[in-house]
Amino acid sequence: MIRQAMRMLARDWRGGELRVLAAALVVAVASVTSVAFFADRVSRALVRDAHQLLGADLVLVSDHAWKPAIADEIVRRGLERAEAITFISMTRTGEGDAAKGQLAGVKAVSEKYPLRGRLRIAPAPNAPDAVAQAGPARGTVWIEERLVTALDAPVGSKLRLGTGTFEIAAVITLEPERGANFFNIAPRLIMNVADVPATQLVQTGSRVWYYLYAAGAREAITAFEPWAKQQLERGQRIENLENGRPEVRASIERAERFLGLTALLAAILAGVAVALATRRFVERHLDGCAVMRCLGATQPRLLALYGTEFLLLGMAACAAGCVIGIAAQEALAQVLSGVLRADLPPPSVLPAVQGFLVGVVLLLGFALPPLVQLKNVPAVRVIRRESGGPKGTAIAAYALGLATLAGLLIWQAGDLKLGSYVVGGFLVAVIGFALVAWVGLRMIASAPLARRIAGGNVALRYGLANLRRHSRGNAIQVASLALGLTAVLLLTFTRNDLVDAWRRSAPPDAPNRFLLGVQPEQLVPVKQFFAANRIEVPDLYPMVRGRLTARNGSKVSDADFSDERARRLVEREFNLSFTDAPPAHNSVTAGKWFAPGAREVSVEEGIARTLGWSLGDELTFTVGSESFSANVTSFRKLRWDSMKVNFFVIAPPKLLEGFPASYISAFRLPPGNERLMLDLTARYPNVTVVDVGAAVRQAQGVIDQVIVAVQFVFLFALGAGLLVLYSALVATEDERRREAAVMRVHGASRRQVTGSQRVEFLAMGLLAGILATAGAAAIGQLLARRVFELDLPLSPELWIAGPLAGVALLSLNAWLSARKVLRASPALTLRDAV
Amino acid sequence: MDTSHDSSENRVVLKASGIGKTVKSGESDLVILREIELAVIAREAVAIVGASGSGKSTLLAILAGLDTPTVGTVHIDGTDLFSLDEDQRAELRGRTVGFVFQSFQLLPALTALENVMLPLELAGRADAESEARQILARVELGERLGHYPRHLSGGEQQRVALARAFVVRPKLLLADEPTGSLDTESGDSVIELMFELNRSFGTTLVMVTHDEHLAGRCARAVRLAGGRIVS
Repeated sequence: MIRQAMRMLARDWRGGELRVLAAALVVAVASVTSVAFFADRVSRALVRDAHQLLGADLVLVSDHAWKPAIADEIVRRGLERAEAITFISMTRTGEGDAAKGQLAGVKAVSEKYPLRGRLRIAPAPNAPDAVAQAGPARGTVWIEERLVTALDAPVGSKLRLGTGTFEIAAVITLEPERGANFFNIAPRLIMNVADVPATQLVQTGSRVWYYLYAAGAREAITAFEPWAKQQLERGQRIENLENGRPEVRASIERAERFLGLTALLAAILAGVAVALATRRFVERHLDGCAVMRCLGATQPRLLALYGTEFLLLGMAACAAGCVIGIAAQEALAQVLSGVLRADLPPPSVLPAVQGFLVGVVLLLGFALPPLVQLKNVPAVRVIRRESGGPKGTAIAAYALGLATLAGLLIWQAGDLKLGSYVVGGFLVAVIGFALVAWVGLRMIASAPLARRIAGGNVALRYGLANLRRHSRGNAIQVASLALGLTAVLLLTFTRNDLVDAWRRSAPPDAPNRFLLGVQPEQLVPVKQFFAANRIEVPDLYPMVRGRLTARNGSKVSDADFSDERARRLVEREFNLSFTDAPPAHNSVTAGKWFAPGAREVSVEEGIARTLGWSLGDELTFTVGSESFSANVTSFRKLRWDSMKVNFFVIAPPKLLEGFPASYISAFRLPPGNERLMLDLTARYPNVTVVDVGAAVRQAQGVIDQVIVAVQFVFLFALGAGLLVLYSALVATEDERRREAAVMRVHGASRRQVTGSQRVEFLAMGLLAGILATAGAAAIGQLLARRVFELDLPLSPELWIAGPLAGVALLSLNAWLSARKVLRASPALTLRDAV
Repeated sequence: MDTSHDSSENRVVLKASGIGKTVKSGESDLVILREIELAVIAREAVAIVGASGSGKSTLLAILAGLDTPTVGTVHIDGTDLFSLDEDQRAELRGRTVGFVFQSFQLLPALTALENVMLPLELAGRADAESEARQILARVELGERLGHYPRHLSGGEQQRVALARAFVVRPKLLLADEPTGSLDTESGDSVIELMFELNRSFGTTLVMVTHDEHLAGRCARAVRLAGGRIVS
């Protein structure tokens, strides 16, 4: 049996009957496994580096300095201890015209850091690196290669950080806690923690994280952890091997899910190609099966033979898909290497199993239903050909395959709602596209319209008539082409349109710099600096960092909330501001602005909604060791995209004046004055100037890499879409060839034959292009309004390129198809068709 | 007494009794065959002739067990065809019956050799290839083993079909207008070959044709008109 099936497989393969089917399976499996292999490597890296990721066995993280008692307890229990603090700051090099500045992610570490894992450093970029035996010596810093480039600061040169000057002693090539560097934007600078006071960077209003690292015997760690947990205050947490770096895991999981979903969409498209290709295979084997039934093959035997043949093919295709998947994941890892700063271990075999599973699901779900028809071919077909023609396979027959794939999608989405949205969206798109295509094709080809368009042109008339006659098959082709094109258009035009719209949404005079950390005594000189340099003096807003501790007298904790954003908001310190009048770009939407001196606050309406606050609520905030309470008496609406300084909570000055405050501002720096900012930060080193454009550009760099990765995976979806298109086209090829032969027998010229095909394909291409354009534009609008909250104008480029792409693709196909049709002799074609 | 086994020479290989076939055509019943009685003894060559629509192809399909009669029975080599289910009938065909069709019915993806090997392979025969080569040499296509049907002329295709029919040494060969798709010359040569193989393998032949000349070459002709045997 297996030998016979293998022989049949070899013969059918040679006949070219199975290639599309195999290609569809290969694409599906390659698509799924490329992402799965990649995800597997990343998660294995996370497991492997769990210790290194933490830099210790246990890490205590806090947004304010640790009490010495806790640090002492680590040592008292015989554990090793290290410390670190991190913050963002400007780094500067050079003087005068040669001055350069760059924001850096500063990490100041104690001598023993890291307790687990090693830092690796090199004497120069691209030079061989080595394990660092100890942290940076006092007076020196180690910097990442990106910072070397940005500051033009080679090893050995000087760098200024706050009020301190440091020698660059090495280039960092590998940082433990690399988890912190996944999706890291600001380049890293590592310094000695003892040098931090010299920089004077840690001041009121600075956002600083304090770390305590502990490592040692497992029992000692296990005993220490619960003790430490009891000492935790608000804003403090413990990271261990199990929960370590939840934010890293979460963001990686999100990225993997998205890539996985894209990969599965490719698999679903491939499923359509498998179904179409199998249908054609079945149509072409009906006669052969009838003959085999005549020659003594029983129904079970036929089913077993073809089933085995397909299974063998499926296994071979899955294996090939896995091999391509392995190669593709390597490319994926390369594309994302800039984002994912970790060397990945080799993948396990699990993703291959997953790939085979998807392959088998596609084969059983989409190839089996039409294949089963073969066994039902009545043997009498050998005498009366009209008996036992292929019936359209009922959608119900595909139900199992569709349900399994939908299940896979939902599982991959990791969330029933998101998964259902994707499955539903896909189904709606497919059905919608097919329906519109069907109606559209029939309308274009409707007799009166066609007659008017065609006039006496035979080719045109036949082409339009064909549109109508093939409307079902053509609708499927148009829908599949439209799907593939939508993906491409979305990733090319719509993405750019969105970015442009977002850029435009900021007014031309929108602030382009943020000024952070200005101390009260610096207020006057900073304002004078602006005035002296003839730059509009910016409004500087006071900012007090306080934690919400109670609402209406009851304690508030992040555990009270299930919403992730709410938990984060409560966990963090709030930026509170004080002013008498509401800021110009704010508008009060409910309640009344507070009277000067009242114990009242005004709250941004969004945060009130998220945290469930109502007008009249009494909120208690703790700043340092002191607290104050005030009633919410108004809600404000802000424009977050205005690039101005915004505060969730604003209080009357009287209420907050006694607390330590720093000042913050957003302003527009006219072009050509960039160097002034270096002067400003040189004069006031604790002040940080954030170039919004540069920050956006840096974030853009990361986003671009992720987009390239998504596009890469979309290539599979596009490949699958093209396969669907191809299989849909060849599905009608026999019929087209026969029709062309009949036309030619009855005196049609080659031009008329090709002309009628061209008309048919042109109309289909145009329709597919328009549908895809509409699809991409609709998704773009949806994203613009719901996600980015901006207006996306109609893009003329998209509306030109989309339909053109559809026409170009199908014209190419018309040309290829016409060549085939014309090359075949009509006599042979018709004889074959008897 | 079982008359089909009284002697090896006069053994009845094919026996049809009281065959009738009625199909629904809209509201009314359409009678295609009625009261057909036919017995064919071993090595006999019988032609079924009649005009288009006389029911001869339907009769052939029923005799082969490809179609079922409304009433009546068919025995092949002593076995009641319609007491068997569809799959058992297929197995019986595989063992006992060879077919030649008007439209050849060669599998387009298979070479001449593979087409002839097919019935042997389906029967699980290990010598499929050597047997197929031998018989293809006998129908003078020994040089064209690797050719696909589309590269063979009509006459050649029908010779491949003959080789495929005879390679299993069937007791009964059923032929449906075997020259219907051929010109006179190649038709003649195919018929010549068919009769020669029939003689040499000792096969019983039942052939449907509308060609009186061809029918004349058979020992007996059964004439159908309006679904009945008229002579």
